[in-house]
Amino acid sequence: MSKNKKLQSIVVRFAGDSGDGIQLMGSQFAVSTALAGRDFATFPDYPAEIRAPTGTTFGVSAYQINLGGDPITTAGDAPDVLVAFNPAALKVSLPMLKAGSLIIVNSDSFTARKLTKAGYAEDPREGNALNDFQLVSADISHLNLEAIKVFGLSKSEGGRCKNFWALGLLLWMFGRELTPIEDWIARHMGGQPTMRDANITALRAGHAYGETVELAASLPQLSVEKADLKPGEYRGITGAEALALGIAAGGELADRSVMFCSYPITPSSPLLHRLTRLQELGVGTYQAEDEIAAICAAIGASYGGMIGVTSSSGPGIALKTEAMGLAVIAELPLVIVNWQRGGPSTGLPTKTEQSDLYQAVYGRNGDTPIPVLAAASSEDCFEMAIEAVRIALRHMTPVILLADGYLSNAAEPWKIPDIDAHPKIESHDVPESTGDLTPQRLAYQRDPMSLGRPWISPGMPGLVHRIGGLEKDLESGHISYDPDNHQRMTDLRQAKVDAVADFIPEQTMEHGDDHGDLVVVGWGSTYGPIYQAARMTGTSFVHLRHINPLPKNLGELLGRFDKILVPEMNNGQLTTLLRDRLGISPVPFNKVSGQPFQIAELVEEIELVSGGGQQ
Amino acid sequence: MSDKLTAKDFASSQEVRWCPGCGDYAILKAVTKALADVGAKPESTVFVSGIGCAARFPYYINSYGFHTIHGRAPAVATGLKLANPDLDVWVVTGDGDGLSIGGNHLLHTLRRNVGVKILLFNNEIYGLTKGQYSPTSRVGTTSPSSPSGSVDTPVSPGQFVLGSGAKFFARAVDTDKAGLGEVLQQAHAFGGASFTEIFQNCIVYNEDVFASFTERKNAAQTQLHLRHGEPMLFGENSDKGIRFNSESYALEVIDATESPDAVLVHDEGNAVLARLLIDMHMPVALGVIYKQPAQRFEDAFYAHHPSRMKRTKSVTDFIKGPSSWTVD
Repeated sequence: MSKNKKLQSIVVRFAGDSGDGIQLMGSQFAVSTALAGRDFATFPDYPAEIRAPTGTTFGVSAYQINLGGDPITTAGDAPDVLVAFNPAALKVSLPMLKAGSLIIVNSDSFTARKLTKAGYAEDPREGNALNDFQLVSADISHLNLEAIKVFGLSKSEGGRCKNFWALGLLLWMFGRELTPIEDWIARHMGGQPTMRDANITALRAGHAYGETVELAASLPQLSVEKADLKPGEYRGITGAEALALGIAAGGELADRSVMFCSYPITPSSPLLHRLTRLQELGVGTYQAEDEIAAICAAIGASYGGMIGVTSSSGPGIALKTEAMGLAVIAELPLVIVNWQRGGPSTGLPTKTEQSDLYQAVYGRNGDTPIPVLAAASSEDCFEMAIEAVRIALRHMTPVILLADGYLSNAAEPWKIPDIDAHPKIESHDVPESTGDLTPQRLAYQRDPMSLGRPWISPGMPGLVHRIGGLEKDLESGHISYDPDNHQRMTDLRQAKVDAVADFIPEQTMEHGDDHGDLVVVGWGSTYGPIYQAARMTGTSFVHLRHINPLPKNLGELLGRFDKILVPEMNNGQLTTLLRDRLGISPVPFNKVSGQPFQIAELVEEIELVSGGGQQ
Repeated sequence: MSDKLTAKDFASSQEVRWCPGCGDYAILKAVTKALADVGAKPESTVFVSGIGCAARFPYYINSYGFHTIHGRAPAVATGLKLANPDLDVWVVTGDGDGLSIGGNHLLHTLRRNVGVKILLFNNEIYGLTKGQYSPTSRVGTTSPSSPSGSVDTPVSPGQFVLGSGAKFFARAVDTDKAGLGEVLQQAHAFGGASFTEIFQNCIVYNEDVFASFTERKNAAQTQLHLRHGEPMLFGENSDKGIRFNSESYALEVIDATESPDAVLVHDEGNAVLARLLIDMHMPVALGVIYKQPAQRFEDAFYAHHPSRMKRTKSVTDFIKGPSSWTVD
């Protein structure tokens, strides 16, 4: 990396032991980046073990951030700067780096014991392994302890400040203000004045080190372009935070309370944790005894007149499947969030994948259609959560919202939206005059457009009726085993989901011309890398947020292209769906490694496919 | 015209479709009468059920009703109570629905003390699926799935619910109008999770499995009807009593006329006594065996919710998060 260069964007990766405070350091660097007016995207990459043995490669926790002026939509393919707190972190991250990258290592941790633990036979700093990189060795542990000696902390307490020492050095490299981070430390460590002061001192010491020490000669000062963000108020947001706020906003727009019922599972739990802090928005959270109880309690809450919401990840969603059928046949509103992770079975719990699309669209007994949505980015989780609530209430149906492990933790700047600009969410009012109809019949008087029925809850006088999982008569709402009626009800349940397409926006282009040789079609969290790859290659790009039903014009729109490329982090599930629904034959591009797509591999595939067309 | 509803007002218009002679008919009658007796309101009463013969119950009651999926009624009922704690919610289940496929939900609903009234119709057999042995079937039960007799040890509903932390356990016989009616009223009045085991006769697949203690002509000798604060007497002339044997740590029958002072007095708040009564085989203890009032789950849930589930702020108040910045 050349010195004192102004760059369009830059990728920084922090890596160390799970206990080194890497995630905190990374998120504070993101805050500083935001305040400096740069766009960014982050990728926290941490092990499944809570505190894996120190110094091991499988215990490495990392935080990657891509920052700069161009619209940033991914955490970046390859780090330009790596901060490695120990040999294991260096070993794990090295294969990701491109030649010329800057590596800052904590040389104090390159002891014989730690090198052995990381699987290094010899110190990589002394061989040829790092020849292609710029290496800066700093005695971070030692320098940190020296700086905070006055506080009289134990070695282990003092050692915990080294992430802020390293952050101080990074802030110097990027020419950043220290004040916002010092304020954050003061706010969050106010209860422990010694630790607060030690951390602030460590931060300043790291910054001063960059400025003064002779080693600084080998450290570049980096500057990236300011982002051309639309004017307004911004905050950093993860998908879990955005989805929590979106669910609460759905409740507010519908003027109903929300009952969120779930069971702990990775990577869904952050949504539960976030929602517990939004109680004053009329949100309740209930931790059920299992996945099945969670969805059943959400159904019970919906029956009782609140917006029932449940959330899980692939294996937990599988357990909820039977209850989804109950919500379909009982025609109750419900939102089911699936934070997809690597499968099958327990698979890769902390890694990302989008392999539950079949499960969402096709995975139930009987003909049991359910609308399916997918969030494209962390901030999109907010809008799609509102959309899920809107569809659930309008059509009186469960709705599945697909997100994934990457979105749950990834942070990006978010232009804070105006809630009041969102249209209110309507449900079907309970008819005021019952006329000649019995309550049982009244409960199934449908809106002709949406086919949604009135939302009648126990406690409402004069409307006493019964619902259940048995097939019911289309008109009277009583149990019916009549063959023709079952056909009519099956058709009606499909027509209801089809009717969603009458209310959703037409599919638009995310990038490029609306006709031509090649279009790339994506869904879910692959939005970021596909967008960048489409921009770099000048390729048309369509991104789906409504998966079931698909937007009405999608077939016509895709028909204007000779070739359709579908990159997915699964084995070709959207490809199958498009073939099924639109009768088209897209070219699949599949990656099932638990890692997000890299822009470079998408660019390569786009060039391969479009090049093939020219032959 | 009186405002008071009668048992008839709680019968729905639906044709009842249990087998002729099924014990469920008697239970249905007792429940509609109990609803009238306690002054229940159809619009605030909900019957939630799972799957099985017993699960058809909600269709036959003139109240709100939700026939859900196998074993999950307690979970649905819990969500319903969280959404509206004022509702009068009953869960109707069977030995297969409640103790086999839905055992987990029963356990947690009881330990949480959710304010639902659980009625478990125990007939020691799977009826709706045509007669397989159930988790309460005795060892050696011959059935289509155990032609040479079942080998697994049955679960004791009473021991299970007390082990789960239940605060109310009662037992009654389906055709015992007075006994069942009394128990239902107490189960309703309890407030928290009340669990009532009803010995129900399946005349098709397990007829007379409880006949040893339910036959009327022997009932005085075979049934002990418990009342809180009263001595445990039974027999034609209340001449027999129950005593605690401190050598064997078990209950035993004694001649009450000979040693009236040795007869135990029922204390429904005593969990140790309740466990002994549950395991007593002859006579069979009926009535409220255990009752220990405690805070309902939904009340604790609302008490811990700062705005009692009401919206007191807007998303706008939360949307900025811990820090925000302005781009000009």
